[in-house]
Amino acid sequence: MPLTIPLNKTLYLALLALLWVLPSHAGPRQDQTGLRHYYQQLFPQLTLADYRNGVYTIDTVARESWQAIEEFPPYEPAIEQGEILFNGAFANGRRYADCFPDPGIAHRYPQWDKTRGEVLTLPVAINDCRFANRESPLSYQHSDMLKLQAFMAYRSRGKAIDTTVPEDDPHALAAYQQGQDFYYRRRGQLNFACATCHIQNAGKKIRSETLSALLGHTANWPVYRLKWGELGSLHRRFAECLEQIRAQPLPEQSVELRDLEYFLGFIGQGIPVSGPSVRK
Amino acid sequence: MKAWILLLSLLSACGITQERLDQGKRIAFERNKGNCLACHAIADGESPGTIGPALSAVASRFENKRQLRAFIFDASQFNPETSMPPFGKNKILSEAELDQVVDYLWQLP
Ligand code: HEC
Ligand code: HEC
Repeated sequence: MPLTIPLNKTLYLALLALLWVLPSHAGPRQDQTGLRHYYQQLFPQLTLADYRNGVYTIDTVARESWQAIEEFPPYEPAIEQGEILFNGAFANGRRYADCFPDPGIAHRYPQWDKTRGEVLTLPVAINDCRFANRESPLSYQHSDMLKLQAFMAYRSRGKAIDTTVPEDDPHALAAYQQGQDFYYRRRGQLNFACATCHIQNAGKKIRSETLSALLGHTANWPVYRLKWGELGSLHRRFAECLEQIRAQPLPEQSVELRDLEYFLGFIGQGIPVSGPSVRK
Repeated sequence: MKAWILLLSLLSACGITQERLDQGKRIAFERNKGNCLACHAIADGESPGTIGPALSAVASRFENKRQLRAFIFDASQFNPETSMPPFGKNKILSEAELDQVVDYLWQLP
């Protein structure tokens, strides 16, 4: 190495921390334990459940204005309209409630669907119900799609995320690993991995924005973002992070993004659902 | 010979106009250019990020401008796990822009 690059303290600590961070492929449970241990060292004051509120768990300044907005939440009408949609009849007289006797099941997603051999997310499950009742699918950006999720998430609030990777199914493990791989792989013109920001630099500021931990990244959806001026999905947020690093966007509910969600869901297993929520 | 090189470098040092330094600064600060403030505190820069070290006295940390330029060109060559984007390698900045940023950084106190 021709250069005397200053191996300063920050860099040294970052390298040390990385020992905890790199994907081990030792298995989902070990990954989960390793990452939680890493975050616990970074944020010793936080409990696992605290992570349901994303960056506001870490950034106490931003938390104050967020709490003020949550007192009169802009997503409230969406919950009410979602409930009406949920109870409304399809053309065949049946309703969503026939597919989902209990609407409070958002914590069960994403989940491995053994029969199909792929990851099932809540939006896909909603469209499955429509398909079973001869209704055309809703686009994943459709406001009805988001309202239904808002209502279901609301009824699931406080329930612990229940994403599992069944040990007897190698395809489930493969999907989890695809998601994990996506998370750690550098991409885009800026050459970032998701892990660069949300693991390696969690809690640090990128310009004036604090970076959240990946723990709880599936807990708070759908989100009313002030920037969007409307309700949006987790996969839309993925797209925005991809765009920020000038990487290829991927369509909502593509296999890649569902696998990514599966990885995040499993690592965040046990964190209570907090959706719908507000974000800047 | 030595004197000749010294003279050359003096000349080139004088060749750096204030205008060029201002340009370098603008490239370093602009969000759709270097956006260095996303991660680094730099004098005059508002609400900088905290991912990288403050960029002050940069000249004291590198042996020469060429080495500083190489670092900004592709930081991952020196630290594979770096969070710093490879500005030259991935053509986020042009060759000329890199030179301007280097001149600007080099004279920061
Ligand atoms: C260059 C930095 C950067 C990279 C790389 C990045 N993100 Fe983000 N991400 C952010 C910032 C900034 C926010 C907003 C603040 C926060 O919640 O962390 C954010 C927010 C998010 C959120 C919303 C969290 C919430 O509580 O609402 C999710 C989910 C997310 N990112 C996932 C990803 C995924 C998946 C990738 C990789 C495809 C990724 N991010 C890559 C910077 C980044
Ligand atoms: C997304 C984060 C990020 C951005 C954007 C960024 N850097 Fe960095 N930079 C870092 C980190 C982190 C380091 C520490 C060394 C390392 O990790 O490789 C660093 C180190 C440096 C160093 C070495 C300083 C020292 O004393 O060790 C220089 C010089 C530098 N950056 C210049 C720049 C310039 C110029 C720009 C914009 C054109 C820029 N950086 C943009 C993250 C960034």
